Amino acid sequence: MATRDLPALGGHPEGFAGSMRTDRWWIEPVLTVLVLGAFGVYATWAAFQGNHYYADPYLSPFYSPLIFVDSAAAVPGGAPEHHAWFGGHWPAWWPAFLPHSPAFFILAFPGAFRFTCYYYRKAYYRAFTGSPPGCAVVPTAKSRRYKGETAWLLFQNLHRYAMFFAVLFIPILGYDALLSFWKGGLPWDGGQFGIGVGSLVLTINVILLGGYTFGCHSFRHLIGGKDDCMSCGKATMRLKLWKRVTILNMKHQNFAWFSLFWVGFTDVYVRLVSQGIWTDLNTWG
Amino acid sequence: MSEQRTFRVWRGDKDGGEFATYETKVDPGMVVLDVIHRIQAEQANDLAVRWNCKAGKCGSCSMEINGKPRLSCMTRMNVFAPGETITLQPVKTFPLIRDLVTDVSWNYEQNQRVRPFKPKPRGADGKMRMYQEDVDRVQEFRKCIECYLCQNVCHVLRDRDGKAAFTGPRFLLRLASLEMHPLDDDDRIPEIKDEFGSGMCNITKCCTDVCPEHIKITDNAIIPLKERVVDRYYDPLKKLFRVFTGSK
Ligand code: SF4
Ligand code: SF4
Ligand code: FES
Repeated sequence: MATRDLPALGGHPEGFAGSMRTDRWWIEPVLTVLVLGAFGVYATWAAFQGNHYYADPYLSPFYSPLIFVDSAAAVPGGAPEHHAWFGGHWPAWWPAFLPHSPAFFILAFPGAFRFTCYYYRKAYYRAFTGSPPGCAVVPTAKSRRYKGETAWLLFQNLHRYAMFFAVLFIPILGYDALLSFWKGGLPWDGGQFGIGVGSLVLTINVILLGGYTFGCHSFRHLIGGKDDCMSCGKATMRLKLWKRVTILNMKHQNFAWFSLFWVGFTDVYVRLVSQGIWTDLNTWG
Repeated sequence: MSEQRTFRVWRGDKDGGEFATYETKVDPGMVVLDVIHRIQAEQANDLAVRWNCKAGKCGSCSMEINGKPRLSCMTRMNVFAPGETITLQPVKTFPLIRDLVTDVSWNYEQNQRVRPFKPKPRGADGKMRMYQEDVDRVQEFRKCIECYLCQNVCHVLRDRDGKAAFTGPRFLLRLASLEMHPLDDDDRIPEIKDEFGSGMCNITKCCTDVCPEHIKITDNAIIPLKERVVDRYYDPLKKLFRVFTGSK
């Protein structure tokens, strides 16, 4: 007879992360914790640095758009004043305990987008909260009061607002990628056209982020999915768009990981070139 | 070449049970259900197993094979490592009748809760029209064979005692096929949220992972429903807009 320690009816284990699976289902959650954890630590560290985010003509995506720069302080690897939307006067209301890092103005937006993303929700509910850690694996916190996304997780329903902001970042980062081909500014500012490894790094970055952002489930819903009759017999734009977005949406997981890795790598690249540790191969000499 | 393999099969009923071990010959090309039939014929005539089509189309032979929810008629023996012991269990989420057979009638009760298709009024010419590209989306959902593997694997039903609050992926799929249908005239959003419990799903996608028909249950049915629920209940700007325009 089944007791508390013996298998329950049907022989299914009930204990912590119990499962009869014989494959290595735990690799996926472990990798997720490691990669997301490492990215979170690196991004926070990089945001707190407030320096070496610029190596003409490359601007790190962690710092773009530049809202303010602090031109009073001689920031090593900082961007020139004309790059910042609101100039070089660091706001006086800035709390003293925080470094003057332009990343703080913007990182919350892509952060909120990824945090509320339907794909990342799957990944971290499984990996961080074990709910469940794998399929046909007993949830690690097996509470009877499980409420899904109905109680305090209701805020996840605002994902579309995070998406609106994330969409705005794509042309901005696209512009950064364009600028990365002009050393010293655009042609009318006396810039010189060329190409460097950094130009490719920034261009790949915006392509991957675009693939991720435009494959968003909320985007797919709003551009057409919300309608039952997307064509109603006509070749409509919304059906065409919905089909394209669907292609990206089916690859949302891949774009989520590749773009995450690449945006981090882009910051690393700009940082190391700015510090003179890496040399950017380019046509400017 | 046939080989001797070891199977552990759950034998028991609602009062309890245990794993019984069977050694049996496995021929090339066999699926797990073939092996069960061989064990039944040669060693355990009273072994209970439910099956019908042996073609992956009736959805009867769902069980857990080495801990994974699968159709036994579609699980070929060559997916296992040579010499690996294979463990067969009934699905966990539904009450055990005997051995590998469970009582899945809770699912039929869920099905009855879904209001049937409510056609829109006919057009001026007396015809009803829909366009292929508009129904392509819901046609995917009609591939469902009602094997209930998704219902079995969903942690809300399987491990959380969530049956009172959540209808499960299979029925959100059915609701999506009606809700997104260009000719369905019913407003199903309030009950999708409140009675069928779309918010209980935390989109962890195990239903999609096990579906033998490869239906993208979470991406194509559940998340779009959740987004429609957001439109109605949680989008602050849409709510404001409705207050000012007086629309639904
Ligand atoms: S995605 Fe939702 S319905 Fe599907 S198994 Fe996970 S919690 Fe259940
Ligand atoms: S949706 Fe897939 S897994 Fe669920 S009952 Fe239908 S065929 Fe089976
Ligand atoms: S026997 Fe019909 S699906 Fe397996």
